[in-house]
Amino acid sequence: MNSTRFTNFFVPVFAVLLGVIAGSIVMIVSGYNPIAGYSALLYGAFGDSYYIGETIRQTTPYILAGLAVAFAFRTGLFNIGVEGQLIVGWLASVWVGVSFDLPKVIHLPLAVLAAAAAGALWAFIPGFLKARFKVHEVIITIMMNYIALHVTNAIIRSVLSDKGFKSAKIHESASLQSEFLQSITDYSTLHYGIIIALIGAVVMWFLLEKTTKGYELRAVGFNQHASRYAGMNVPRNIILAMVISGAFAGVAGAMEGLGTFGNISVKAGFTGVGFDGIAVALIGSNNAFGIILSALLFGALKVGALEMPSSADVPTELVDIVIALIIFFVASSYLIRLLLSRFKKEGK
Amino acid sequence: MGVYEILQIIVPSAIFFAAPLIFTALGGVFSERSGVVNIGLEGLMVIGAFTSVVFNLTFADRFGEFTPWLALVMAMIVGAVFSLFHAVASITFRADQVVSGVAINFLAIGLSLFLVKKMYGKGQTDQIQVGFDKIDIFGLSHIPVLGPLFFSNGYIPSYIAIALAFVVWYILFKTPFGLRLRAVGEHPMAADTMGINVTKMRYIAVMISGALGGIGGGVYATIISRDFSHATISGHGFMALAAMIFGKWHPLGAMGAALFFGLAQSLSIVGQTIPFLKNVPTVYLLIAPYVLTILALAGFIGRADAPKALGTPYVKGKR
Repeated sequence: MNSTRFTNFFVPVFAVLLGVIAGSIVMIVSGYNPIAGYSALLYGAFGDSYYIGETIRQTTPYILAGLAVAFAFRTGLFNIGVEGQLIVGWLASVWVGVSFDLPKVIHLPLAVLAAAAAGALWAFIPGFLKARFKVHEVIITIMMNYIALHVTNAIIRSVLSDKGFKSAKIHESASLQSEFLQSITDYSTLHYGIIIALIGAVVMWFLLEKTTKGYELRAVGFNQHASRYAGMNVPRNIILAMVISGAFAGVAGAMEGLGTFGNISVKAGFTGVGFDGIAVALIGSNNAFGIILSALLFGALKVGALEMPSSADVPTELVDIVIALIIFFVASSYLIRLLLSRFKKEGK
Repeated sequence: MGVYEILQIIVPSAIFFAAPLIFTALGGVFSERSGVVNIGLEGLMVIGAFTSVVFNLTFADRFGEFTPWLALVMAMIVGAVFSLFHAVASITFRADQVVSGVAINFLAIGLSLFLVKKMYGKGQTDQIQVGFDKIDIFGLSHIPVLGPLFFSNGYIPSYIAIALAFVVWYILFKTPFGLRLRAVGEHPMAADTMGINVTKMRYIAVMISGALGGIGGGVYATIISRDFSHATISGHGFMALAAMIFGKWHPLGAMGAALFFGLAQSLSIVGQTIPFLKNVPTVYLLIAPYVLTILALAGFIGRADAPKALGTPYVKGKR
């Protein structure tokens, strides 16, 4: 194993460890028992088949949101708008789910594709503005998040319901819910979406690593000037990268719309899944396989946290603190790399 | 309803909603002018709101009417200290400034809700009892027409916010400190060559942005929401960020944009009482600040150029 791969693997592991340690310090300082806290978390994530089902269900949108962020990262873009793209994807999937009556083999793929298209469209705008006007995508995608939130709420109120707060349930033919998966996990909300998420990971890996287009997208992310000199169309590649990233985010929304909830309700704030996707991508080193693992980690943290107040009296927000600190430590990977290189020198 | 009556509803409420945005956007101007992206403004507002509400609830009996002022001072201090996370990560450890800002937002909401649950045993604080009084500005409130619109029945922090924009403009453009701060954000290597301590300037700038973001959150919690929960600050920091960009990284521009966004926010709430706005769906008013910011950035409303070194860590001796 060469040295950069070694650090690429250890930086996220270190960051997670540091985050967990910092979390226990927070618990000790505020008078909670960290061992009780973390064992409640572990039990709440993997304790029995119901909890495992819930953890996998939560992992599903995390994988896709993580892929969305990572795809953009790999192509030199920072898509902080996954949250907004996820919301419009959710809306589109439910919209298709309630308005058509089709056989399942057509309806379900159609609803998922609609979500992907909606997310892609939402990401097209920042991509286009970056390619055409050189506007930084971070600010535009943040603004697009809020536009998505308000527009979606307005559509739920005026189109998908009669001034109500949620849409109707989607038709059975568009649903990802599965009685089989529910029954083997003690009636958790686990649904078939996890299969779509895993396929998504394979698609991203194949697209980026095994196709000419993926090579081009990565090249443009590395060095625009060199890519232009090599004859690549830089603006078109930027837009394409953003659109693909948005499509992943849209499908993540479909997981919520078609799988977990089966409808969409007016939101007071963001779902948080899109923002957590940034953490998932960072911990997963922007690698499709790594993202599956880190999505599982975050899914377990989020679901396990729900068990903490009742059995260890620790507020669920502890997990948000831990996640925030993990992001800090990954972002400050310079620190971790510095420490690692010190250790190595001493070892020699 | 005449135009003047309508203005009498709209203008004071626009100023009311704009005050927290102005403070926070001015904070953003400091940080970004020094070359450090601050997506964490939202989190800094959260921490400020949390601090001011908790201080207010805890010490209202002891300090009486001074409580909200002391609460703002506390919010300022805690905001500045909290922003050190961002400063250390993005300046010293050369973290990606956007990622570090995202982490600030996560950490602020997680930590403050954690503490609220720890202290009050529920997810939301009680309402604060002591707020700011509404005042008429002596002399100015008697100006015909304009007096009642702009200088009557307002909160003091709103006027401080507007005055502060001019102070910040003076500091940034008329003092040596301001020149150094801008130099660090435009061309850190040149600044370093001239003997300016880039790291120190950036730390100061980020901490000022933390202090102002803390005040912004404190003002919002004290005069608008009056309590603290997970939804108290929902996007106001990002709106302040938008105001700063829409104002082209200029303090007075940021203030103007914040006032305009305050207007949009107030219209989305009081709009239902105004005849010709009754039929405009509120969604247009809600998304107006964001759409306008996108248009401004795309160059449809003049060019908005960011400081040149924005977002790049400064590594000494590296070209």
